[in-house]
Amino acid sequence: MSAGAVAEIPPTPPQVEARTIFQKGAPGRRAFVCPPVDVPAPADGKELLPARFRRTEPPRLPEVSEPEIVRHYVGISKRNFDLDSGFYPLGSCTMKHNPRLHERVAALPGHARLHPLQHPERAQGALELMWNLQSALSEISGLPYVSLQPSAGSHGELAGVLLTRAYHEDRGETRRRVLIPDTAHGTNPATVTMAGMEVIKLATDAAGGIDVDDLRAKAGPDVACLMLTNPNTLGLFDPNIEQIAAIVHGVGATLYYDGANLNAVMGLSRPGDMGFDIVHFNLHKSFTQPHGGGGPGSGPIAVSERIAPFLPRPLVVRRERPHGNGAAGAPAEREDGARGARANGHSSTRLSTAFMYDLDYERPKSIGRLRGFQGNYGCLVRAYAYICSLGADGLKDASEVAVLNANYLLARLKEHGVAEYLPLAYGRLCMHEFVLSGGPMKRGLQIKTLDLAKRLLDFGYHPPTVYFPLLVDEALMIEPTETETKETLDGFADAIASILKEAGEDPEVARNAPYSTPVRRLDEVTAAKSPVIRQALD
Amino acid sequence: MSRYTAITDANLDAMLAAIGVDSVRELFDRQIPAGVRLGRALDLPGGMAEQDVYAHLRALAARNSSVEDELSFLGAGMYDHYVPALIDMLTERSEFLTPYTPYQPEISQGGLQVMFEYQTAISELTGLPVSNASVYDGPSAVAAAGYLAKLHNGRRRLVVSAGLHPHSIETLRTHAHGFGMEVVEVPLTDGATDPGEWARAIDAGTSAAIFAQPNFYGAVEDAEALSAAARDAGADAGGGRPVVICQVDPITLGILKPPGECGVDVAVGEGQPLGNRLDFGGPSFGLFAAREEYLRRMPGRIAGETVDAEGRRGFVLTLQTREQHIRREKATSNICTAQALNALAGVVYLAWLGRAGIVELGELLLARTHYARETLAGLDGVQKLHGRPVVREFAVRLQADVGAVVRRCLKDGVNPGVDLHALSGRAEDVGGLLVAITEQRSRADIDRLAEVLGAAVAAERDRTVAGDPAAAGQAVAV
Repeated sequence: MSAGAVAEIPPTPPQVEARTIFQKGAPGRRAFVCPPVDVPAPADGKELLPARFRRTEPPRLPEVSEPEIVRHYVGISKRNFDLDSGFYPLGSCTMKHNPRLHERVAALPGHARLHPLQHPERAQGALELMWNLQSALSEISGLPYVSLQPSAGSHGELAGVLLTRAYHEDRGETRRRVLIPDTAHGTNPATVTMAGMEVIKLATDAAGGIDVDDLRAKAGPDVACLMLTNPNTLGLFDPNIEQIAAIVHGVGATLYYDGANLNAVMGLSRPGDMGFDIVHFNLHKSFTQPHGGGGPGSGPIAVSERIAPFLPRPLVVRRERPHGNGAAGAPAEREDGARGARANGHSSTRLSTAFMYDLDYERPKSIGRLRGFQGNYGCLVRAYAYICSLGADGLKDASEVAVLNANYLLARLKEHGVAEYLPLAYGRLCMHEFVLSGGPMKRGLQIKTLDLAKRLLDFGYHPPTVYFPLLVDEALMIEPTETETKETLDGFADAIASILKEAGEDPEVARNAPYSTPVRRLDEVTAAKSPVIRQALD
Repeated sequence: MSRYTAITDANLDAMLAAIGVDSVRELFDRQIPAGVRLGRALDLPGGMAEQDVYAHLRALAARNSSVEDELSFLGAGMYDHYVPALIDMLTERSEFLTPYTPYQPEISQGGLQVMFEYQTAISELTGLPVSNASVYDGPSAVAAAGYLAKLHNGRRRLVVSAGLHPHSIETLRTHAHGFGMEVVEVPLTDGATDPGEWARAIDAGTSAAIFAQPNFYGAVEDAEALSAAARDAGADAGGGRPVVICQVDPITLGILKPPGECGVDVAVGEGQPLGNRLDFGGPSFGLFAAREEYLRRMPGRIAGETVDAEGRRGFVLTLQTREQHIRREKATSNICTAQALNALAGVVYLAWLGRAGIVELGELLLARTHYARETLAGLDGVQKLHGRPVVREFAVRLQADVGAVVRRCLKDGVNPGVDLHALSGRAEDVGGLLVAITEQRSRADIDRLAEVLGAAVAAERDRTVAGDPAAAGQAVAV
């Protein structure tokens, strides 16, 4: 069904039982043609692999032809909703358009088929790209040093908390308490526990920001860090951020910025200027790395001067290329992190020949590695291409339109009486997203936020994030992003209005939705009670 | 209006009027305190047209030597196995490429079924009943398994074989510091974990015992003996014992005895060999499989089977009460976004390889790797680093400076392998070269490697004898 059309209840789709690839094919069928064994058998006739190390039965992998594989996966792909098919206002996830240029450049063999242990002298293009990306992320965040290693946002968070811990331990302090507002993403507290620290919750004030009095009461010499998303998960920029930073720094703690909502402020306000010491970026949000149905992502971190010695290793560094016939020359001055690099950034397709790039492992205070090799380079290529395309003005424009679109959609949802049932939880304006409360809808129209979300599926929309943040009753968190048209936003607002109207007439329609999807509502309780998590085979 | 946005002047006027503000700037000025507004343009270059971005990224790519530019025997964690074309086609489909994590199962059956199939394939491969839907990569999977062990038995020490990839050991150390755990390394003898040292290092305070199969040096370990020794040595009076963790190389599991039949509790590994490209080290995926009793302590997403309101088979994310978005500080892991698209490539690859193919491929790798090892070890100044069986990778010791030998080989278009000491930093690895063989390296390629490597070693030994390092240094500049 096309987005925005008024949904009729269609007839139930024919009963098609989902079958896995393991239930298809036939014994002896295959796709792979193995190259012939072209080497002689061992002269002494010895077994290459002793029987006690050998597998006796082959793994029961599918036995299918290549056309069968293609049909199978193309078939099940059509049981997915995706960003290219329709509006995806999933709050805090920044589902903006994924330019296909990025897939094309990431697939170039010089990037895609580059071995991670290739000698740095033979991977200068990759290291220069990483250096340029570090420089850009440094400028966007207002913090001088960058590591591209973390694999996703939560991995960047873990890096950040371990960095904080290392910073305090280096000063001979054991601070173990981390302050986290009650609006925070679940990854924040989970990360704190994994880093061996203790979560202290901070209250939210009436305006939706941090309760500064609560912060003052809890900030003390045992506090290691405050983790904050700004704008926060209510879509609000904390008006007291300068005061908050002063309080946190005043007790010697660090300030951590969860970059999930960076898409609101690129080129407009910088975490470093707000007083943050550590920032993580979600390249799969703000910088359009396609999310792939649950990854890959990439979660680089930027840090202040005092945190830099502890960054994960290796770091990409740049050196002046020695003049003359090299080897005997004095060692070149090394440049760490991102400082000073921007003038020579990606301003043209001409490549720098004055510099050489390297991986620096000699970082004695480093927290160490967080994963193998240099990070999710393929994601870095895409993010870098995006930054090259947009440039300084384009990034700012992206954030401005993201905020414009969110406020426009919010304004449209105040029309048609929607606000009566779905009021804005906090504030009057918003940044790039906003949170509505479905409480009045539940009481007045007898449908829950979940019902509204499921009914939206029949209208061809991905629903907003639901039931988060936890402090809002029946929450709906809506993030339209900058790449949507006004027409799309209008259509979505109309769809919400018509679902509310429909619920006023007959709440059962929404309560039993969806109708037009490959399956109806699924029994999640039974799935968790007696889990079946793999295909049974004979 | 800039790239990828769509707001015309007329749209803008209408939207501002609806919001009730005069300008976009007002939206920001009313929300962001004056003291933290940037108030200047970002110091970044201007935007570029699509074709110019392409040209720039292509020029950068051209400054890298990929496996298409040289005869490469690099491995040590990531390998140049062939990625079939259908994987590109499927992973580029919008329906798989562009959705978020499947929070709405009714419109995410495709992605959820892929996870379910992936879990099945990993379970079959490892011989363990439960698998999650992927973690970041191999080394971080080792660290995640260490955390599972801590949650499971509360013990504080992780005993790890020096046969683990150095990146895995370092990643484990980084994370273990956060978990409040100690990491103890057990040395190797003749390329494999020393059984006596292994048993001595493990006691009732050992939370997990971790080894790799095959190990970093290519050696096939006696996995059953290591598992049994860990269980015995780490048993306590209350029936507790360490969690036995094995880092596997999934592409060898067509012929190697699976961890589930070797007494292993948790198998982790780097998924890149399964249909994922090299990408200079990522993204790929980490596999994570375990015995049933660890199911509720697993990290990450797990897809489960269920039925819809009309009784039809369907799939959902399940056991979510383990996860950070529900349990917050009590979660079994902080992981959220993982590697779904890379796991899709993995399961499509395994279906493409198939039941017979994974065995045939394993046999081919085994035969070629053995041939390559014997051929190289027959060269003057080259010896086997150990005598253990090898499957897809092996180590030799050169009686010459490895870096200089590698540079000489590169001049002839051959990248002979990984300098072991440069990667591990271990004194005993000086002179070590780690050579990886895939189905894309034929006998002729291996013979070419032997020819070039033999000449390079001979030349380096001559130079050392002649005692003229400066001249040689110039001659071998890359």
